[in-house]
Amino acid sequence: MNAVLSKNNAPVAEPVRSMWQLALRRFRADRIGVVSAVVVLAGLLLCLASAAGWMASAWNQEVGPSDRPPAWWVSGSAAEPSSAQPGTLAKKGAATPTDIEDPIAAELQEAALSIGRQSSQRREPTPTDIVDPIEAELAQARQQVTGSAGPSIGLGDATLWMGTDKWGRDVLAKTIKGAQTSILVGLSAALMATLIGAMLGAVTGWFGGWADDLGNWVYNVINAIPSILLILAIAAVLGTKGEWAIVLILGLTSWTGVYRLMRGEYMKQRQREYVRAAEAIGASSWRQIFVHVLPNVSHVLLVQFSLLTVACIKAEVILSYLGFGVPVDGVSWGTMLTEAQNDLLVGKWWQLLSATLAMSIFVTALSLLTDALRDALDPRIVQQGGQDV
Amino acid sequence: MGAYVVRRLWQMVPTLIGVILLVFFLFNWVGGDPAYVLAGLFSNDAQIEAIRRELGLDQPLWVQLWIFVQQVVTFDFGNSWTSGEPVSSLFLSRLPATITLLLPLLVIETVLCLALAVLLAWLRGELIDRVTMVIFTTAMSVSILVFIILGQYFLAYRWGLFPVQGWSDDLWTNLTRYAPLPILLGLLVSIAPNTRLFRSFVIEEVNQEYVRTAYAKGLSRRRVLFVHVLRNSMIPVITFVVSNLPALLLGSFLLERFFGIPGMGREIILAVERSDFPVIKATTVYLAIATMLFNLLGDLLYQVTDPRVELK
Repeated sequence: MNAVLSKNNAPVAEPVRSMWQLALRRFRADRIGVVSAVVVLAGLLLCLASAAGWMASAWNQEVGPSDRPPAWWVSGSAAEPSSAQPGTLAKKGAATPTDIEDPIAAELQEAALSIGRQSSQRREPTPTDIVDPIEAELAQARQQVTGSAGPSIGLGDATLWMGTDKWGRDVLAKTIKGAQTSILVGLSAALMATLIGAMLGAVTGWFGGWADDLGNWVYNVINAIPSILLILAIAAVLGTKGEWAIVLILGLTSWTGVYRLMRGEYMKQRQREYVRAAEAIGASSWRQIFVHVLPNVSHVLLVQFSLLTVACIKAEVILSYLGFGVPVDGVSWGTMLTEAQNDLLVGKWWQLLSATLAMSIFVTALSLLTDALRDALDPRIVQQGGQDV
Repeated sequence: MGAYVVRRLWQMVPTLIGVILLVFFLFNWVGGDPAYVLAGLFSNDAQIEAIRRELGLDQPLWVQLWIFVQQVVTFDFGNSWTSGEPVSSLFLSRLPATITLLLPLLVIETVLCLALAVLLAWLRGELIDRVTMVIFTTAMSVSILVFIILGQYFLAYRWGLFPVQGWSDDLWTNLTRYAPLPILLGLLVSIAPNTRLFRSFVIEEVNQEYVRTAYAKGLSRRRVLFVHVLRNSMIPVITFVVSNLPALLLGSFLLERFFGIPGMGREIILAVERSDFPVIKATTVYLAIATMLFNLLGDLLYQVTDPRVELK
């Protein structure tokens, strides 16, 4: 008898761990998960730094000659610089014979675009700032001169790690700013979708009856329309473009999966004893839904949120590429890919590389993190996976 | 079976009503006054008034809704606002190109991904399996745009293996000349997500008891996986593919846009760019109907291929 008691007592002596503590312990054991969590956190910090203006705030300024290849590429291949990195003065002024492969049409277009940019920049300051635009142009001219004077000694070289785009903007800074836009848009849209889905799912799953019928009807309607079509239809009627339009479009169209899961969870949890107990002591329905049940299903929400963020970042890139997303004066990974497509045709690959690398690193890390989160938070899946030899 | 089909069709009615209401609400209320959209920049009050009368916008809202319902039922959405072509003939002329692209892509993709999935399930837990899964995750993180941009640039523009873009009226020319590169790129994009999904179907089958029985009978692993498991995991695969057919009609819109293929996807993007509301409305409603019908078809196929499944 004593022995039995002591055996039963033994586990009690161990500190009681909550679901989250257990999950954290499982998560820590997952090496891929931890590494991807670090990468995702670093990306998020970068976004915050950029949003706060500590980084890449000058992405829109001309910091070097246009279309300069990345610094590591220029210094890496000694033979390349003369052709791959034509001096801007020579290019914009008298074209040297070696520049003959550069079509003049492209240059004209570039010049027109850069003039367009300058004039649009000029309009921004108030009339009292009259000194400012000239100064900017002077600085820019000076930079062009120094840029062409010595391609390998110029100050701009060492810092322009990913080169410049056709307006002489730092591609690295653009990538960081683009990351801020794409990631924040993805996060906001996913947050919106998760909130909508969670609220609807909780209420319909909990109350059942006509609320459930109504919820299912809305779900069926939204699900009957292929999501890409719904996204495009809303984009067509909204008419406005911009980050918030995308958040709205993606948030309104991608909540159905969360809804379905949460509805099921709430129907299941409602029958559990702890909920019956809460009901017995007189907790109101809303209190039961949000205080008692919500923490017990929050791990489902976290995984869904993470999945949705990946999907929304990808969708933002495509929408911006199509011109329904981030407007031309903004920058996101999508707009960078749009520019990069044209750049590539004239052999300028670094913007494509930069945006692609940044996006794939972050999204891969986020996907792997999602997998790790799911494994850590839902041990049943691990068991299922472990059963098979 | 007959009673089941009738009941499922009956259940589609409220959903269809919802789709019609949603589309009507979106385009007649959120989208602003269609007359202004149609009249464009160069318009005066008289023109707008005329357009309003023509579209029935001067009628009360429920009459407008009735007009819309009539349009849906009669398949007559009027003319495209930009090309002036009737919407129905626009559909019919765009469908062949999409199907020429989609059908080979779908067949190759399904067979290839299923074979890969079984192979990966065979190597489950081994290094190759794990490395492949990481590669797939990475490949899925690279935007579709990058695949298409790079593929078009290198395979077509630089190396000249394929035409950069184009389309002809001849099916054979299209299949042999213009479609291969888009199909190849479509495969590259879809192979990772589909194989991952199909692999999970296969693994679900591997955990079934009949597999244990088959092993107990002394069958080889190859026979169990490629005969018993493969045939059973084809059931969810077929259902998945059939249910997703309508969505796939538009799914290749990026390929169609990049390669200048006059298909449905490119048409809908153009319609959105030009605020061509009749085209978008018609596409949305009919694709929703198609989606519901194909979902039903998928469920019926499920029952046909797997007699254990009971249709409720």
